[in-house]
Amino acid sequence: MTSASASKKSTKNQISPIITINKLNKWFGKFHVLKDIDLEVNKTEKIVICGPSGSGKSTLIRCINRLEVHQEGTIIVDGTELTDDVKQINEIRSDVGMVFQHFNLFPHLTVLENCTLAPIWVRKKSKLEADELAMELLTKVRIPDQAKKYPGQLSGGQQQRVAIARALCMQPRVMLFDEPTSALDPEMIKEVLETMIELAESGMTMIVVTHEMGFANKVADRVIFMDEGQIVEQNDPKNFFNNPKSDRTKLFLSQILNH
Amino acid sequence: MVQIFVLSIVVFGIFSIYETTVFNLQERGIKTSSNFFDEVAPFKVGFSPFLNFELGKTTYIEVFYIGILNTLLVALLGIFAATMLGFVIGILRLSPNWIASKISLIYIEIFRNVPLLLQIMFWNFAVFLAFLPPPKKSIEMGLFYLNSRGLHSPLPFIEDSNNFKIWILILALAALAGFIFSKWSKKKFELTGAALPVKTINILSFLAIAVFSYFFLRGPLGFDLPVLGKFNFKGGGQIPLPLFSLWFALTIYTSAFIAENVRAGIASVSKGQLEASRSLGLKRSQMINMIIIPQAMRVIIPPTISQFLNLTKNSSLAVAVGYEEIVAVWAGISLNQTGQALIIIAMTIIVYECMSLFTSFILNVYNRRIQITER
Amino acid sequence: MTETLSKFQKIPDREPPSSTVGMLAWVRINLFGTTTNTITTLLFLYVIYLFLPPFLDWAIFNANISGSDRSVCDENKSGACWTFVKVRFEQLLFGLYFATNPDQIWRPITALFTFGIILTPLLFEKTPFKKWLLLILLTAYPVFFIFIVYGGAFGIPVSDTGQWGGFLLTFALAFVGIVLALPLGILLALGRRSQMPVIRALSVTYIEFWRGTPLITILFMASVMLPLFFPSGVDFDKVVRAMIGITLFQSAYTAEAVRGGLQAIDKGQTEASMALGLGYWKRTIFIILPQALKISIPAIVNTFIALFKDTSLVSIIGLLDLLKMSQSASRSLEWNGYDIEGYLFAGFVFWACCYGMSSYSQKLERKLDTEGRTE
Repeated sequence: MTSASASKKSTKNQISPIITINKLNKWFGKFHVLKDIDLEVNKTEKIVICGPSGSGKSTLIRCINRLEVHQEGTIIVDGTELTDDVKQINEIRSDVGMVFQHFNLFPHLTVLENCTLAPIWVRKKSKLEADELAMELLTKVRIPDQAKKYPGQLSGGQQQRVAIARALCMQPRVMLFDEPTSALDPEMIKEVLETMIELAESGMTMIVVTHEMGFANKVADRVIFMDEGQIVEQNDPKNFFNNPKSDRTKLFLSQILNH
Repeated sequence: MVQIFVLSIVVFGIFSIYETTVFNLQERGIKTSSNFFDEVAPFKVGFSPFLNFELGKTTYIEVFYIGILNTLLVALLGIFAATMLGFVIGILRLSPNWIASKISLIYIEIFRNVPLLLQIMFWNFAVFLAFLPPPKKSIEMGLFYLNSRGLHSPLPFIEDSNNFKIWILILALAALAGFIFSKWSKKKFELTGAALPVKTINILSFLAIAVFSYFFLRGPLGFDLPVLGKFNFKGGGQIPLPLFSLWFALTIYTSAFIAENVRAGIASVSKGQLEASRSLGLKRSQMINMIIIPQAMRVIIPPTISQFLNLTKNSSLAVAVGYEEIVAVWAGISLNQTGQALIIIAMTIIVYECMSLFTSFILNVYNRRIQITER
Repeated sequence: MTETLSKFQKIPDREPPSSTVGMLAWVRINLFGTTTNTITTLLFLYVIYLFLPPFLDWAIFNANISGSDRSVCDENKSGACWTFVKVRFEQLLFGLYFATNPDQIWRPITALFTFGIILTPLLFEKTPFKKWLLLILLTAYPVFFIFIVYGGAFGIPVSDTGQWGGFLLTFALAFVGIVLALPLGILLALGRRSQMPVIRALSVTYIEFWRGTPLITILFMASVMLPLFFPSGVDFDKVVRAMIGITLFQSAYTAEAVRGGLQAIDKGQTEASMALGLGYWKRTIFIILPQALKISIPAIVNTFIALFKDTSLVSIIGLLDLLKMSQSASRSLEWNGYDIEGYLFAGFVFWACCYGMSSYSQKLERKLDTEGRTE
């Protein structure tokens, strides 16, 4: 990337949102999963998306780095529109970090290698540089002593923190979290959430799909409720939890909070 | 108590079978002994590329060795070709292209569900013998000639032994230089992140050096080309038709099984792995090389090694087409000639047991290595 | 909380854009998605075009089926000669005795038909009394088979095993192999997991010995050496010798399949039944084995497929199984030159049986897999 285009990008960031989604529609076969989604995400904004299962929330964030292909509408990430162009897709993907429900660490690589693989091969960093950065981030997620181990030797919570560090090693502008705690045992959820809170405090732009309403309340700038593939309601957490506007939201909240 | 009882029954059973067998053989005028090893074998072994066979001079024990070598030869040829073909078919099976995937499915389902012996006979008798032309009208494939006697190929031989030694030395030095170069560029890569196409550079420069020095040394290695004589080809190497058919059938049969292993191995890499590598921005080729292949290989290799052993054992079906491997030449002809059933069958079995033990040894080593790096 | 809530309004589902669904989209995505994809498609279509129409012409459109001797086929060489298969059908399926005694042909037909009647309900999940049906198939049916096919009682003339042949012999060999190998294999599998070191060592030795040796060597051994193992006077005919060899061989593979099932059974099952005070045999027979056997059915079926294909090896020791029968019939004076048809017919029969079995075992495997996951 030349310096000219980089500076052009950075000026853009200040005036326009980092992610703009416009009239997004997606189908799985004949099934209409996302309907007319409009969403703007500003820099350093933290967004929590919640909703019943099958409401399309995971699909929505997976569209943002093209793990799913949409059929109608536009997604613009950091000034670049997502199209079929493989080069552009890869560029966007390396700027957008993603954390999965099932961690998806590479089992045949050590924790450190998991973190340095993409910086070395995609960002073209030297191994030393990548190692240094990875160790720094592993220290941040508080598992630097596990760097030489294989993912299979770690607990679920530790694996998820490695996954966060791995995504951060690419120095992304946006982080996507796809239900990062729902595959974890209760006692491990806390350590992962703490890591995510710290990350939020550092000013990262985050979109988080989760059922952890405590996290939403504490961190989110905006909470989005989705059902039936559409955005039903969005608001700041205080109003969202205390004064839901839609009957659907209220029903969902009563179910999830009584639970 | 139970153990001693069972053990004594087994020991007694084996002992009495052994006694009866020796007695029965003696009854038929055959004294079980290994004296026949050094007797001259009164029959001809037509195909013996490694040991020189001479009728009236070669002894039984040498025939035994020829048999083993011929078994190993067809096994290695088969393993090589079946692995190549199996990987291609297995990868095609997972191709996004519908036709490619279905064709390889049909291939797999046809060839692994028909007995190998039937396939060997089919190719040998019904196809090759019936349809391949006589030597005079051989099918030309570059320097290779295929006809009803088999496949004729150029055979390398050493022309000038001094120059040949120099040539080998140059090649060794070139390989060493390539090795050092790859070490160096790996270090450089780790320091700066600049990656060179090391493999391509190495292979190309090695080939260039090999070809250049080959001509510079005025051809230290000659090629004996097959030439059509009056009735048959003279010179060159020859894969006789029985070996060719056996090789062909073993390759196709085993490749269907290997393809299935490859398919299962690649499919075993979870979707999440692919999504994770895509979300990191890895290119498709990087994803295949660094994520899919290393993980798939761990699933593919163990059953494929077992397939190699199966192929080796299956090569014993050569008796059906008359390729002279160990079962045909030793448990077949030699047994009929000498009647030394006990020793001959035991030796044949021992040969296979050794191969089988060797295979499980390799498998154990591999599995242990995997376990160390996994958990 | 008195604020009125707005009613959730669902945006009605729309049909996806027409360019992404339907036949055309499917073709575009699966056949012409990318440039490589398009090239692959065209390449394979060309290959299909090259081979399929000529094959169909030969095998179906131009094929000969009428008449009762080779004259029809000789006149029309452009098509396959199914007349040969038609004329020799009884011989290929039931062997020489029943082909030459048409009044007796009801016997093998009844035997195979009965097998089908007992087997069919076993394939369905909901059939009641499955265990009893299976027991009948494995115990009473073989007696019935011998009684009706071999004869010798109730005025049914004896059909000597030496005269058995074709598919009937293939079936008999494979069936005997599985029926006798099953109990033996279960015992060996238990032995291999036994606490007693001698028993374990003996079982391991036995299993690995047979698994390391190719079947053809074992068949040689059975046909040459079996008579030597016993005091003179004890002798078996060829078919029985092959059956003994096959059974010993198969039992090792069955043992490994059963062992897989035993390993999958939770340790808790053993501990729970020990806590109930059940002795080794009681808990093995009533608790462990029923569960282990259920899990190992797919693996057992897979060994059975391998055995079914391997029975064709008896043709090498001179038995007239389906393969040898097809071969020798197509080499007879009357039909000389039509061996492709012979092999294809035999291959098709083998293929249909093996493919059927492997589809069934794959279905079962998937079912067991999902059951295991939901538990």
